[in-house]
Amino acid sequence: MDQLSGGEMLIRALHDEGVEIIFGYPGGAVLHIYDAIFHQDKVEHILVRHEQAATHAADGYARSSGKPGVVLVTSGPGATNAVTGIATAYMDSIPMIVISGQVDSKMIGTDGFQETDMVGISRPVVKHSFMVREAQDIPHIVKKAFHIAATGRPGPVVIDIPKDVTDPKVKQPYEYPEDIKLRSYAVPAKGHSGQIKKAVDALLTAKRPMIYSGGGVIQGSGSRQLIELTRKLGFPITNTLMGLGAYPASDEQFLGMLGMHGTYEANMAMHYCDVLLGIGARFDDRVTNSDTSKFCPDATILHVDIDPAAISKTVTADVPIVGSVAPVLEEMIEQIDQSDKKVDKQALEVWWNQIDKWREKDCLKVTPSAEGIIMPQDAVKAVFEITKGEAYVSSDVGQHQMFAAQYYGFDKPRRWINSGGLGTMGFGFPAAMGVQFAYPDAISVCITGEGSFLMNQQEFATCMQYQLPIKIICLNNQALGMVKQWQDMQYGGRHSHSTYAESLPDFSKLAEAYGHVGIKIEKADELYPKLEEAFAFKDKLVFVDVLVDPNEHVYPMAIKGGAMKDMVLSKSERT
Amino acid sequence: MRHIISVLMENEPGALSRVVGLFSQRNYNIDSLTVAPTEDQSLSRLTLTTSGDDARIEQITKHLNKIIDVVKLVDLTEGAHIERELMLIKVKAVGAQRAEVKRSVDIFRGSVVDLTANVFTIQLTGTGDKLDAFIAALGDNVVLEVARTGVSGISRGEKTLAL
Repeated sequence: MDQLSGGEMLIRALHDEGVEIIFGYPGGAVLHIYDAIFHQDKVEHILVRHEQAATHAADGYARSSGKPGVVLVTSGPGATNAVTGIATAYMDSIPMIVISGQVDSKMIGTDGFQETDMVGISRPVVKHSFMVREAQDIPHIVKKAFHIAATGRPGPVVIDIPKDVTDPKVKQPYEYPEDIKLRSYAVPAKGHSGQIKKAVDALLTAKRPMIYSGGGVIQGSGSRQLIELTRKLGFPITNTLMGLGAYPASDEQFLGMLGMHGTYEANMAMHYCDVLLGIGARFDDRVTNSDTSKFCPDATILHVDIDPAAISKTVTADVPIVGSVAPVLEEMIEQIDQSDKKVDKQALEVWWNQIDKWREKDCLKVTPSAEGIIMPQDAVKAVFEITKGEAYVSSDVGQHQMFAAQYYGFDKPRRWINSGGLGTMGFGFPAAMGVQFAYPDAISVCITGEGSFLMNQQEFATCMQYQLPIKIICLNNQALGMVKQWQDMQYGGRHSHSTYAESLPDFSKLAEAYGHVGIKIEKADELYPKLEEAFAFKDKLVFVDVLVDPNEHVYPMAIKGGAMKDMVLSKSERT
Repeated sequence: MRHIISVLMENEPGALSRVVGLFSQRNYNIDSLTVAPTEDQSLSRLTLTTSGDDARIEQITKHLNKIIDVVKLVDLTEGAHIERELMLIKVKAVGAQRAEVKRSVDIFRGSVVDLTANVFTIQLTGTGDKLDAFIAALGDNVVLEVARTGVSGISRGEKTLAL
């Protein structure tokens, strides 16, 4: 048995857990650990420029690869800077391990230099957390942390390690456990067959069925089963913002995204359906709108989720099914095959005719602005065409995020990387770094806005250090577009602190200052050629500053307090 | 409706704060809380009283169950159960008052556990309602200090909350 220090144990345990890459930033309390990293070459460490970016990069890595992202930060400000990224991962159920340094055990509670109660400060936004007391506990804690983070409903786990625990002078025998048992943590696997039968009966007697799936299908790797079930039934399907790509956007049965900025047809079909199958989605307020009593008034609600607490939290489920989506969907498919009931084809045809009428509204049609001005939607469409829909697209938060979700048709899961739950501006760029590390040869695009981008621009330096050829498409409307849109719609056009045009940097020069390529696109006829030029740089980061119509709004948009059928469709039209 | 929820959890630092944190984080209220290790030193038993409609109580128990440190729990109010709370109460007892207070203590089956020339310290167990009734019976001018443990409870019959 090898004799290792606590710091060495930690890095060895990460390697034994299959970790290839960690994102971090050194500091006093983690210096022993960084020295252990120096002495090995199995686990690669990526030096970011801000701890928040480390968490978002690990998050992007996890969302795109399905493997837990790992973060290493120092105590105090290092730990607190990581909190936004931890909360982001928590809200979207992303597996992540955050290792934070802590002051010496005997110093805890004395308000020592760079001391903060990380376990306490992160408690509401973690799935679980550990404070390491003894070096010999490290292998077990690491094993438990990964097990908890990656199974069930995934989430971030914090491991807080006092500096003395990683002391290089104290060596102890190291053995990594093969298996771990937690008496208080059981992972639901299969769903209850009786409940699945009830759901199948409801689906097969439905006249106006609707399938609504969310991020759980992506996290639970249930996309294949979802496609099989949906095609077998011939039912319409919509995906949440978090679930895009789980069902191919190019498929005829796909009605687009639903919710606050969902398509007219998806939201109408939700409102008027008589049986709703919700899969790995949590009926959150950006879907249901604020008054859940108006949500799907005629529907029998079937809800599949791995987290029992997600069921009947906001909307009461008539048939709750607790289980991992993939095995539940498989059993559903089996039971449908064996059932003596059959899909009501006639009723379904009437339903599809109705949906096709809704589709005729063409709610995502772009109304051109004045001659030569670039519409943000057209920029996203151009990126989609140039990348042939094959890119990994991360986004920040705001109008550009919604345009990306609406106009970049995702046909595969894990391609759309965005902060849906917490809505973290500054997420997109570091997340795109994580994606690029997971898939060095893939096209990693960050569709962002100038407001969000400025929140983590320091990562230009990281991208130069590691030669990451990310393509940043900045839909620059010279304002906090979504804030401004709400101010236009609900505050009489009073743009309180949402504009700053006069103080924006020249982004292409900023990119160039770091050694990257900067391209500016100002006129509509330059859009395609200059974007093509940007994507032709295979080995370089390119920042594309696209000046878009500053007055454009995102539509459709749910009317607050209404039902899903109540939408604003354009500046002049409502449902 | 009022519910009494008993929770078996890992007897580890941080476990209690996770449970208490859940309640403030999700805007659930705690009316009383009592916690101590069990006969199995690796487990603590925490009993809390809370209130809410069925949907809220369901969310509370689901979220409690999600906490990794929570091993098992039961909503005692779902079945027949015994509920007790212990109160230590200091009351003014001077002159004729002394006999009066002692009579009240006997009626409520409490006991005087300490006394001075002017003060009785009384111990009383029972349901929360009974303790409230005792305080009300003494009257406002008499009570000097009250220390209540919060509700503890156990189900009736052969049902147990154990591993």
